[in-house]
Amino acid sequence: MLSALGRWTWPVVVPIAGLVLWWIGTNDRPASLVPPPVEVGRALWDLAAGGLYDDAFSATLITHLLASVSRVYGGFLLAALVGVPLGLMIGRIGVVRSMFEPTLQILRPVTAWLPLAMILFGIGPRSAFFLVFLGAFYPVLVNTIFGVRSVDPRLFEAASMLGASSSAIFPKVVLPAALPSIFTGLRLGLGFAWVVIVVGEMTGVQTGLGAIIMEARQLSRTEIVIAGMAVIGIAGFISDQFVQWLGRRLLRWSPQHA
Amino acid sequence: MPNGLPILDIAGVSKTYKTRVGDIHALTDASLTIGKGEFVCLIGASGCGKSTLLRLIGGFETPTAGGVKMWDALVTGPGPERGMVFQDYALFPWLTVRGNIAFGPKARGLSRKEVCAAADCFIEMVGLTKFADAYPHQLSGGMRQRVAIARVLANDTQIILMDEPFGALDAMTRERLQEELLELWQRTQLTVIFVTHAIEEAILLADRVVVMTPAPGRIQSDNRVALTRPRDVASPEFNSVRRELSGLLVSHVMKVPTEVRPLLRALP
Repeated sequence: MLSALGRWTWPVVVPIAGLVLWWIGTNDRPASLVPPPVEVGRALWDLAAGGLYDDAFSATLITHLLASVSRVYGGFLLAALVGVPLGLMIGRIGVVRSMFEPTLQILRPVTAWLPLAMILFGIGPRSAFFLVFLGAFYPVLVNTIFGVRSVDPRLFEAASMLGASSSAIFPKVVLPAALPSIFTGLRLGLGFAWVVIVVGEMTGVQTGLGAIIMEARQLSRTEIVIAGMAVIGIAGFISDQFVQWLGRRLLRWSPQHA
Repeated sequence: MPNGLPILDIAGVSKTYKTRVGDIHALTDASLTIGKGEFVCLIGASGCGKSTLLRLIGGFETPTAGGVKMWDALVTGPGPERGMVFQDYALFPWLTVRGNIAFGPKARGLSRKEVCAAADCFIEMVGLTKFADAYPHQLSGGMRQRVAIARVLANDTQIILMDEPFGALDAMTRERLQEELLELWQRTQLTVIFVTHAIEEAILLADRVVVMTPAPGRIQSDNRVALTRPRDVASPEFNSVRRELSGLLVSHVMKVPTEVRPLLRALP
């Protein structure tokens, strides 16, 4: 058991050591391709609040962050809305499984979708949204199917022995038993959404964290590139913590989540 | 039978599993009648068909030949009147102790008040009042098995089917639960069919010990245990019953030819 102090100290040891190494490697070296951490910090401050450089990037962070967040959660929610019910049906109904599963598995390598998405949706936010949807969709789908397929058969026997009708088996046994796995799928899907959003926003999108990173790169503003990366990391982390907290509350019964 | 119709009439029941290595005769031509309120133990080595017979009574399997009748109705599937207590508990992990016990009454559409009354009554009966809101993973093995028993009792079961229910528990917990089960059985007049491979457990609990033999699984003998209750495992009378039954079991364990042993292990 870690003490309260240890619980908060140990996780920050590695990031701080990384920052120190970064600082040693880049400080007072004008020829370095990577700016020192202090400069990235200043860029981050200017991006968030402005007042330091007063250029096109100043105080735009909230706009870009909101644009990315709305695409991430929009695409993710759509993926969950389609992926969970479809996964439940594929997992439970044999005909649906034989109909959809092979096709879906063949369509799975998601990166190859980028060019077609650009043709279909044009270069812009709709392509990014579509990529996020696809990136989140498969983890949700695959884990939902797995959850439904791996219900302990004893629980079906127990339920029917206790008088549950066959129509009650799905809501009373399959759904709750598959919930931890569905939840894992949602968590992975949201994680993927944060990975994919950056790629999606790098081509012809005006707003979003991926967009400012690409723009800063073209202007050789490496400190802003790194600041943007840091924001994505933190936003993804907070979003994952939120999902985990939700999981702990909803799945108190599950030893893996409690 | 002392009072007319037997609660269970098992007549000429066989169960054959088709597998790639050939047919496995899990149970061959088993016949048995059980009266209401009897405590019957099925005992035998692995692969003798004792669990298969129990699952056939539970309605989880359908016989290849013959039939199981409860009162005068053929068993066609699982039902609340034949409550099964599984060795691995099979509790619903997402439901609390109360939720698990209330599952049956709810599934059968009883009113909210009746469901609550039944749940609370049986939570108390198995001594889990303090744990009513705990989830299965927070309970010990013995407590989980108490919940599994309460779950079928709350559902007005007439027969309790128990498949090596105490097999996974430590010796002390097992003894406690055996005592509690006997007390419960004497109080409720339930019919109990109890599968075990422990001779001592069978003699301690049962009115009748049905010895089964493997390869193919069949009923070898039906032995009435005439010892008075409560039974003392250390008494000479208990020992002589044990010796007699051990003799029956050893004689057929020896008879299993080595080449069918892998087949026996392949049985579900």
